[in-house]
Amino acid sequence: MAKKKAEGYLSGRESRRISRANRKVTNELEKKRKRKKVPESEYLTKMHDPDNAVEFDNLHTYFFTDAGTVKSVDGVSFEVPIGKTVGVVGESGCGKSVTSLSLMQLLQRPQGQVVEGEIRLNLGDKAVDVAKMPYEAVQHLRGNFVSMIFQEPMTSLNPVFRIGDQINEVIELHDGEGKSKEDVKKRTIELLEMVGIANSEGVYRMFPHELSGGMRQRVCIAMALACNPKVIIADEPTTALDVTIQAQVLDLLRSLKDKINSSIMFITHDLGVIAEMADYVVVMYAGRIVEKGTAEDIFYHPAHPYTIGLMASKPVVGRQVDKLYSIPGKVPNPVNMPDYCYFKDRCEMCVEKCGGEYPCEVSLSPTHKVSCYRYYDGQMPEDVNPAAAGEKAENGDPAEGQKPGDLSTAADKDQEGGDVS
Amino acid sequence: MRNYIVKRILFSIFILFFVTLIIYTLIRCLPTSYVETMAIQLSSKPGSKSYTEWLEQLNASYGLDRPILVGYVSWLKDFAQGNFGDSWRFTVPVIQEFKSVIGVSFVMGAISLILELVIAIPLGIVAATKQYSKSDYIISASALVGISLPTFFFATILKLVFSVKLGWFDTHGIVGRNYAQLDAMGQFLDKCSHLVLPIVTLTIVSVGSLMRYTRTNMLEVLNADYIRTARAKGLSEGKVIYRHAFRNTLIPLVTIVGGSLPGLFSGALITETLFSIPGIGFVSYQAMVAGDIPFTMFYLSFIAVLTLAGNLISDILYAVVDPRVRIA
Repeated sequence: MAKKKAEGYLSGRESRRISRANRKVTNELEKKRKRKKVPESEYLTKMHDPDNAVEFDNLHTYFFTDAGTVKSVDGVSFEVPIGKTVGVVGESGCGKSVTSLSLMQLLQRPQGQVVEGEIRLNLGDKAVDVAKMPYEAVQHLRGNFVSMIFQEPMTSLNPVFRIGDQINEVIELHDGEGKSKEDVKKRTIELLEMVGIANSEGVYRMFPHELSGGMRQRVCIAMALACNPKVIIADEPTTALDVTIQAQVLDLLRSLKDKINSSIMFITHDLGVIAEMADYVVVMYAGRIVEKGTAEDIFYHPAHPYTIGLMASKPVVGRQVDKLYSIPGKVPNPVNMPDYCYFKDRCEMCVEKCGGEYPCEVSLSPTHKVSCYRYYDGQMPEDVNPAAAGEKAENGDPAEGQKPGDLSTAADKDQEGGDVS
Repeated sequence: MRNYIVKRILFSIFILFFVTLIIYTLIRCLPTSYVETMAIQLSSKPGSKSYTEWLEQLNASYGLDRPILVGYVSWLKDFAQGNFGDSWRFTVPVIQEFKSVIGVSFVMGAISLILELVIAIPLGIVAATKQYSKSDYIISASALVGISLPTFFFATILKLVFSVKLGWFDTHGIVGRNYAQLDAMGQFLDKCSHLVLPIVTLTIVSVGSLMRYTRTNMLEVLNADYIRTARAKGLSEGKVIYRHAFRNTLIPLVTIVGGSLPGLFSGALITETLFSIPGIGFVSYQAMVAGDIPFTMFYLSFIAVLTLAGNLISDILYAVVDPRVRIA
């Protein structure tokens, strides 16, 4: 009881001690980032696989807050192959956006810092490690090699500049050499038409407040695509939009990706969107990757209990339920993460070993990886958990895989549990 | 746009009517009366009429025997015709007295406003962009000191240090002792040196609030999503701050600057009085204390007109800097 009290309450002295320690750490990191004229050799690196556009390798991004260090991204590794779409899913606050912001170095400074790991970015003729780059150098990558579509179209455009000027700005900055004002304008109009804005000449002269949310999101997309970036990060690009516009935007992204052959890192918590868009899926939970694989692996053979729970909590067309399934409990406190599996307290398929330290990654197939004790020895954990075994057997059939029989029983079980508590 | 301005001006005239009515009523109710003072003086002369007789006669000749409302209407009639009357206290036409003192007040106000803007806005931006750094703490702390300093206290400290101890400037007045012997250039420099301390006082005392205002607005804008978008475009930090963020910070600043327009002409009562500078603030204070109705009425109505004009200008400027605001 006393311990619980201490957890929520921070004495003034302790808070000061924390912020002093934070300042020491962040000042040092900031100083390193703010250096000017850093030799390129310091951050040049080599891709492990030249077919990848981005490789995240053991990325750690921490936020040094006054309440303590929040490990928003804690050892994340995955890669985005060239020309493919990688979907990153997980619930709010699990580190999806922070991962992508680390790639752009757009974290809230000075609290947010990449403290460890590499982010290798393939620039074609060379590769760089974004995690080691100073601010000055990253500037030249943004908008040019990596660009981002933000989740808030309503507030992502500067209200005092005209749409045309805002897009022109990107083109002039990266592709402007030898282009006259007319050429830049022509390109902007072309981009606006490409994202399906009918009245492109008119919109060119409009201010953001004169457009609807869907239109603004299109403008944001046009802006992100202006310089044919190698990697596009789409951070929940459809969350703020209604379903019809959402479908249009998704279609648009897909067709554009094929047109300019870039890779997309697609961040969302909408599994339906992921199923439609992604070639590979990464499932994150509390700052770590719990499962990753091809879209087929994840949707037809979900292995981690969290992924299974996510799949169960999405509504299925044609099935009547009173209450949608939700995973019990909540994400652990980001300041004091437990030293065992982060999902253990919410997991319905725990085994004895789960009390041990955080499980490491297990390969289920060359593409499918999961961090769970249930898959530690051999492939089939029948002997440990009958429910899981049943689910595993069902998973053999791809057609049924999306809603394995035992999953619904697990869901029902939980609903009863939820009602009692 | 034109309709809007015409409408606003008509409104302003309406407001002005009530403002002057209230001012006139208040002045007539003041315990100090020019006429009474004069009656006492005249009746104390040997062989003169009694106090009450003098009072009656003076009241009649100055028009103070009429009821307040009647007096107001006749004042308003004159005012509307551009006839502001003669100042009782200074015994010259109001306009003439006003013209002779407004210059120095305007120069002081204008210079301190410009200094204020030039100091406060860049410092506010620096403090915001380097939030929680040493420079931010220094700037914020000194802004707070500036805000908290009362004018009379700070002016006295300045006088003590720079006039009494160091002897760099005179403590009082607009011209030095040997002003008459100087050539034109020397006279100009003499006046300038006498204005240094008042301007420093005015600037330091008012710079703090504008700086804190800039800092707060800048911080808010810097956390906006469109700033992140601007960074994601690959713009340099300087462009992000001075192009994308500053244009947005300008919006609230314009209101403040538009609102400070009357301050240019209203003079600084306390500062001018402390330094004995014959500016409009000092002179209007003297007029008010003496119960000089024509001059006080003129001065206060003038400030009211400027305030209304300042509001109108800042509203129009709003529409200029913020495309979301359309005046209709």
